[in-house]
Amino acid sequence: MTKRNKTLFTAVVLAAALAASLLVDCFLPSYHIAVQVIQKATVYALVAVSMNLLNGFTGLFSLGQAGFMLLGAYAYGVLTIPVDKRASVYQYFDGGAIHFSVPEIFSGVLGETVGTTVGMLAALLVGGLLAALMAYLIGLPVLRLKSDYLAIATLGFAEILRAFFQWNALGPITNGSNLLKSYPAFSHVTPYVVLAGVMIAFIVLLINSTYGRAFKAIRDDEVAAEAMGINLARHKRMAFVISSFFAGIGGGMMAMYMGTIAAAPFKSSLTYEILLIVVIGGIGSITGSVLASFLYIFSSEWLLRGLDAGTFLGINAPGIFKNGFRMAVFSVIIMVIVLFFRRGLMGDKELPDLPDMLRNGIRKLRAPGRGKEAGK
Amino acid sequence: MSGQILKVENATMQFGGVVAVDNLNLEINQGEIVALIGPNGAGKTTAFNVVTGVYQPTNGAVWFREQKIIENHPHGKMKKLYKGQHAGEYPQVLAPTPDKITKLGMARTFQNIRLWKSQTVFDNVLIAKHCRSTSNFLSAAFRLNRREEAEQRRSVEALLETVGLADVKDELATSLPYGKQRRLEIARALAAEPELLLLDEPAAGMNPQETDELTAFIGQIRDQFHLTVFLIEHHMNLVMGISDRIYVLDFGKLIAQGTPAEIQNNKRVIDAYLGVAEDA
Repeated sequence: MTKRNKTLFTAVVLAAALAASLLVDCFLPSYHIAVQVIQKATVYALVAVSMNLLNGFTGLFSLGQAGFMLLGAYAYGVLTIPVDKRASVYQYFDGGAIHFSVPEIFSGVLGETVGTTVGMLAALLVGGLLAALMAYLIGLPVLRLKSDYLAIATLGFAEILRAFFQWNALGPITNGSNLLKSYPAFSHVTPYVVLAGVMIAFIVLLINSTYGRAFKAIRDDEVAAEAMGINLARHKRMAFVISSFFAGIGGGMMAMYMGTIAAAPFKSSLTYEILLIVVIGGIGSITGSVLASFLYIFSSEWLLRGLDAGTFLGINAPGIFKNGFRMAVFSVIIMVIVLFFRRGLMGDKELPDLPDMLRNGIRKLRAPGRGKEAGK
Repeated sequence: MSGQILKVENATMQFGGVVAVDNLNLEINQGEIVALIGPNGAGKTTAFNVVTGVYQPTNGAVWFREQKIIENHPHGKMKKLYKGQHAGEYPQVLAPTPDKITKLGMARTFQNIRLWKSQTVFDNVLIAKHCRSTSNFLSAAFRLNRREEAEQRRSVEALLETVGLADVKDELATSLPYGKQRRLEIARALAAEPELLLLDEPAAGMNPQETDELTAFIGQIRDQFHLTVFLIEHHMNLVMGISDRIYVLDFGKLIAQGTPAEIQNNKRVIDAYLGVAEDA
């Protein structure tokens, strides 16, 4: 395909995604499973892309994503709970230490609807900035480490952060080990799709810029990158901070669709889920991460639900299809994917390459062994 | 166009008990091609790594364009730690990272090729331009640096044309034949706009014909980009054919220096290096 066709294809796909999300909002009630799946998948897509920026494009194997999401989620909740609900939310801490709500401040100035939306976005932004600041600070010592050691250090950081947020002494702000709830949230899917879309677009632009190329150089060969004038410390820190910023915003959005915030969901298993998505999608492919998060959430939350509930694809077998069977099937599917797509679904290809990939795939199926030449 | 571009002063590099470079002194003038030769393990690459900031020397200083860029002293580290009253008696500690040295105007290639594997030929060279770009990550992401980017792309095209890699610019760097990969590494170093080019065994693994081409190529880029070239090499054809001056290193010590003719007739060099059959 020519470059112009590729751009056209990308534009059509993005427009279709937006149209689809608008249609879902028009015709499906907000409690419908499709709405839940799309909301969760967009959040996971954003976080997976942010992780890919760090792990896939800069070559820094970090497992701190859940920690930064936790920061974003708490920042969002703490800043947006309406003032008159604080007494009931912080019932064990005398109504908490914070007596303002960002959306309410903005709605005082801008009117109810616009003000609340702006306030919610501002709270998300604060969450992202907080995560970025934290990333900067822990990056100072931690980014000197390499590969596995960096992974363990960031993983440890995320776990410490989780314990810290459950600390009773911080209760007036974090509500200790109790839930934060009653905060405003978008109930439609379009805000999620647009928000995540805009941020993923920024990451794509960054990756295709001179800085993105520098990140890839660091991933490919650190010594050569440094010898060619790329400041390793600065660029690694930059990737780490930007990635954490978007993980923080993703955490805020996750808080939105979950409806309640506690430290418990932000365990390391959340990071592993995201890592799984990145690997399935293809390390170094933004499209892959997005695609994989939709597939992952769709099948784990919806498609395979029946495996736990007794009926799957019209087969009723309560003896086999009971709690836990879904995860067993899911693990098998993931293993099969990893075996057949060694480099993830997309490898390091992006959305514009998709038609060519499909065409080559079909050609390969028709005439095995000749796909490679045809690919060129 | 003369004057000193690089001076290495009493450089010593010690790894535990091993003295890899022992009190090395050398000077390179602008526009020269200077070779550093010596048997395997003589400390040539270590000397390069000291000059380019990969290692901090145990002792000594490096001057670039008559400006001190690297300095250390056995007491130097103490000065960094304790800025006490005697601190002034010790010389300064300067330990810039390799990227800072590249920005000053020194670029290098590697003995074992270190290209960015997943990148195309074009991108390999373009990435080296990153250190010369003035944009920050926001202006770069929002494409506010369009003019600079276009400028860089144009100059990379021109550079690839000059080094004869324009026809393979969209291929993966690692898919090139060996000789072209070496050439690409040199092109990449040139993209960083250096005044001093350091080549670490540019002809390693090349056959005689490729070596001859490389000799011509080094001379050509020296003239075209007004470079000074400092190279490590084992191929005596190349070294003797191209160098203005030669330094000879053996067991970390400088044993001789001079023009190719002088070196060829130097007794100590012949004993240490040229005369020994298994090294040739």
